[in-house]
Amino acid sequence: MDISINGARVYFEIPVFGGIPVTATQVNSILVILLITSLCIWLTHDLKVRPTTKRQIVAEWLVEKVTGLVDSNMGVQFRSFVPLVAAILSLSACSSLLALLGMYAPTADLNTVLGWALLVFALITYYKIKTNGFGGYLKSFTTPIVVFTPFNILGEISTPVSMAFRHFGNVVSGSVISALVYAALAALSNLVFGWLPGLLGKIPFLQVGIPAVLSVYFDVFSSCIQAFIFAMLTMLYIASAATPEEE
Amino acid sequence: MENMGSLEMAKAIIMGGCAIGAGLALIAGIGPGIGEGYAVGKACEAIGRQPECKGSVTSTMILGCAISETTGIYGFVTGLLLIFLAPNIFLGKL
Repeated sequence: MDISINGARVYFEIPVFGGIPVTATQVNSILVILLITSLCIWLTHDLKVRPTTKRQIVAEWLVEKVTGLVDSNMGVQFRSFVPLVAAILSLSACSSLLALLGMYAPTADLNTVLGWALLVFALITYYKIKTNGFGGYLKSFTTPIVVFTPFNILGEISTPVSMAFRHFGNVVSGSVISALVYAALAALSNLVFGWLPGLLGKIPFLQVGIPAVLSVYFDVFSSCIQAFIFAMLTMLYIASAATPEEE
Repeated sequence: MENMGSLEMAKAIIMGGCAIGAGLALIAGIGPGIGEGYAVGKACEAIGRQPECKGSVTSTMILGCAISETTGIYGFVTGLLLIFLAPNIFLGKL
């Protein structure tokens, strides 16, 4: 029985700066970006004031849903974050759902989600400095007393780290458990049906159907939930950073 | 064991230590399990008391569960690092 759990495959290296590897993560991310972009272009071309096509109704429904989400979680004054939240939601969900097609999910690579988390962290810091001023931002580390400064710095760093590891861990744990169950089912069906004569005994009957049930949970449900949570945390962190502290 | 060189012994200890550590790291799964079970139980109570807010209770519960799952995920990531990364790093130093 051989189980192989690998990271992203390196396709080739760009020979500058000592070799930049081009991996399955990058290729699949570009695929997802192209997919979403073309979907957006297809959904929004020749819009009418009074919708006549189902396509436009779907587009309007999507925009209304995300706008409603941002309004209820951040407030109406943060309407400008609707594109960011929609981008995070669609990118994360589509990247994770790529695993359904048997392709390497870009979110199963820590680099992808860590990049998103660092982007969100930069936005949070920007809005903290913008609302409180640079002095106020530095001063917020010494609350409630000066002794708490190391803990406050740790807490600040742990925001992007926990966001990235949560998303990465959920996606990877799904694929690891799927691989283990798949291998275990092959061994089990070899044990149960191994007495059948000839080629019939070599077909792993138990692998039919059962992994699909796991896939529904780990790939479909978990992917959508993680995309939702990442977007939700982004909204909550940015909204709390952009709101001045009441003292 | 007698004919085993000290280098082989060191390798064996490293691999075994990493495997044991990975197993121990997954003890972190206990905490989120208890916490999420408690949260779901409370959500069931809330739905039983006020069935009309089933939707918002369920969505809040799923969000909270996924966030409290983080500590378990940390344990899992530590286990992954110990299995796939740590042996190579330590064996390289021999």
